[in-house]
Amino acid sequence: MSTLRRRVVALGATAVAATLVMAGCASTETVTEETTATGSDACAAYEAYMGNEGTEVEIYTTIIDPEASLFIESFAEFEDCTGITINWNGTQEFEAQISVRVEGGTAPDIAIFPQPGLLAKFAGNGLVPANDATSASVDENYTADWKTYGTVDGVFYGSPLGANVKSFVWYSPKTFADKGWSIPTTWDELLALSDTVAAEGSVQPWCVGFGSGDATGWVGTDWMEDLMLRFQDAATYDQWVSGELPFNDPKVAEVLAEAGKILKNPAYVGDVASIATTTFQEGGAGLVDGSCAMHRQASFIGGILAADFGATIVDPSDTTTEGGITTFYFPGVSADNKPALGGGEFIGIFADRPEVHAVQHYLTTPEWNNKKAALGGWFSANLGLDTANVADPVNKVAVEILQNASTFRFDGSDVMPAEVGAGSFWKEMTAWVAEDKSDKAVLDAIYASWPY
Amino acid sequence: MFTLALHAARKTPADIIAENFSLLALALLSFGAVIFLFFLLASRTSVKTQEWLKYLVFLVPSILLLVVGLIYPAIRTLILAFMDKEAETFVGFDNFVWAFTIPEITVVLANTAIWVVTAPILSTVIGLAIAYMTDRMKRPAAIKSLIFMPMAISFVGAGIIWKFVYNYQPNDNKPDIGLLSAIFKGLGLTPPNWLLEAPLNSFLLIVVMIWIQTGFAMVVLSAALKNIPDEVVEAAMLDGAAPWKRFYLVSVPMIRATIVVVLTTITIGTLKVFDIVRTMTGGNFQTNVIANEMYSQAFRQMNFGRGSALAIILFVAIIPIIIYNIRQLRLERTER
Repeated sequence: MSTLRRRVVALGATAVAATLVMAGCASTETVTEETTATGSDACAAYEAYMGNEGTEVEIYTTIIDPEASLFIESFAEFEDCTGITINWNGTQEFEAQISVRVEGGTAPDIAIFPQPGLLAKFAGNGLVPANDATSASVDENYTADWKTYGTVDGVFYGSPLGANVKSFVWYSPKTFADKGWSIPTTWDELLALSDTVAAEGSVQPWCVGFGSGDATGWVGTDWMEDLMLRFQDAATYDQWVSGELPFNDPKVAEVLAEAGKILKNPAYVGDVASIATTTFQEGGAGLVDGSCAMHRQASFIGGILAADFGATIVDPSDTTTEGGITTFYFPGVSADNKPALGGGEFIGIFADRPEVHAVQHYLTTPEWNNKKAALGGWFSANLGLDTANVADPVNKVAVEILQNASTFRFDGSDVMPAEVGAGSFWKEMTAWVAEDKSDKAVLDAIYASWPY
Repeated sequence: MFTLALHAARKTPADIIAENFSLLALALLSFGAVIFLFFLLASRTSVKTQEWLKYLVFLVPSILLLVVGLIYPAIRTLILAFMDKEAETFVGFDNFVWAFTIPEITVVLANTAIWVVTAPILSTVIGLAIAYMTDRMKRPAAIKSLIFMPMAISFVGAGIIWKFVYNYQPNDNKPDIGLLSAIFKGLGLTPPNWLLEAPLNSFLLIVVMIWIQTGFAMVVLSAALKNIPDEVVEAAMLDGAAPWKRFYLVSVPMIRATIVVVLTTITIGTLKVFDIVRTMTGGNFQTNVIANEMYSQAFRQMNFGRGSALAIILFVAIIPIIIYNIRQLRLERTER
């Protein structure tokens, strides 16, 4: 039991006096006693982090309850064995407050950055480079892309934490099994399957919804990004996101034309224009009520469809549950072209103390990643993560995608200048379907809005 | 901190309510104490000082609030309009040049013009008609309340309500919850995708504005109609004026000033329209208006320069209407 957990128990006690006495007892002395009592077996794995008894490390993050409790639980053994107390400090104001704290000289020991762009702002401005142990662990346990995202000007700062994946096609395994459709492994097979579904005629091949209030159109940008990663190489994707590749370049036009093969094909999506007025939630709902066969969306839609539309998330092998939905990998151009689009969190440290390095190092190990994943509802890109520890079927597919991905890239519109990423890209993708605006006009308009 | 959060989590609702109310009581008590102390001190000063104190007490708070809440932000917006998106370097008139050269600006300006012409006129005309018709009614309360009720609904709420009315279901196998579509289908017609078809969609959004503002127009105009002396109406009747002629030759001219005030007030509100467009179409499908674009630029795309420039353009467009409005208000007062 960690000191944190003990505090939880202690606080539960009704008598204030009892609380004080117990909290008083929960000092490092008890911890060391307990450590020797539990024997060296459980703690042998923590050898590398020893020698920091009685220290405290603050983790500052956007992650709050209920997720926070699972993190705290996953640290318990580490805290008991090493004697390092981890203080979890979660706030939704993280993105605004982290600058205030760093500039005010009260930087947290560890900060969990929800995106690499924010981490990069603090490189050379308080952030401490990861030590060799952490760096070696990341080399060993993650694909090179993940290390690159945490590296600024050749210095490695941010180690990866959790991950999420967008390259999913949602479908009903029962419908697929009943109709004898098989999971496509290439883009051409995906189009061929769409034709088959359309010809069969009982359901619409695709459901798409771009509607999302003042962010209407973001679903379209996700489609573009996923296909950009497939039809162009990762280097071209990076140039596109950074603006080195003009938005109306023929390479981008090629990708938009491919997207149009599905999104602008009435045989696949029904009334094209109404994609713009269908909310992204309703778009997914079509899968649940059986009005369409496939829906491309990130993993989070599963939670919405389960909570609001009565969907059951099943394992891809479950072909009997009525209304059960799950995902397959949004295929690449060829079967061995497997890029993944998604996001993830990064850990940056602001204190050059051994216990802080120890915590950062520990969080990159397969041991911790497996322990955390086993608690449910979470996964990472750690190559040592055993899918057996990931209970949720969709997260399981996500981990497989991440571990087999030839390339991993972040959602490009989040990284593009806001004029485009939160403006013209959304708007023009919306006009592309709603007003049947031509590919060229769409790309020219986005190009014109880019602050080159 | 984690431990603190746990403490907070253990509070029962009763505890929190008790805590909040005791805080409220404390605030009221201290406010009372300050006022009491102030009057105590004031009563001990000379008459001349009291005179000065009077000005001080009544003017200082309002001036302070005006400076903090209006004058400072206005000046800051004006400065920002000439700065780049990070508000760091001076860029001259770049933001204004941008505002009048982007291809969408024609759509934005045209839409704003459509809004300004139709919404105030229709709201006022319908409001006046209802006010006139209910003027001689025995119990107009029920009707008037119904017409006035939308005024109590926020623009965002109204936008959401009407979004349901305009709902479009592309899939024939699914239930259609759109009222307007249902009416169309009932008549054997094929409903269009209401919010998608320009320029129809802009007019459908304007309907929401009219729905809200008619109540306001009705109440104000109804009060003005009640103020017309009975003798004037009776004289017109004796002269043999038909009801319609009594309306536009007697009633309307008598309340002309009020009509202008209502019209300009709604015009100002319409120029600033933002919530309805943002909730219903997000400015897509060629329904964008200046205020919505201003918000998108400033708070979505974080370009404070362009956002501020649009705010200034809007402000300049509204000034003449405000001046006219104030003049008419003064005129109305002197007439009485």
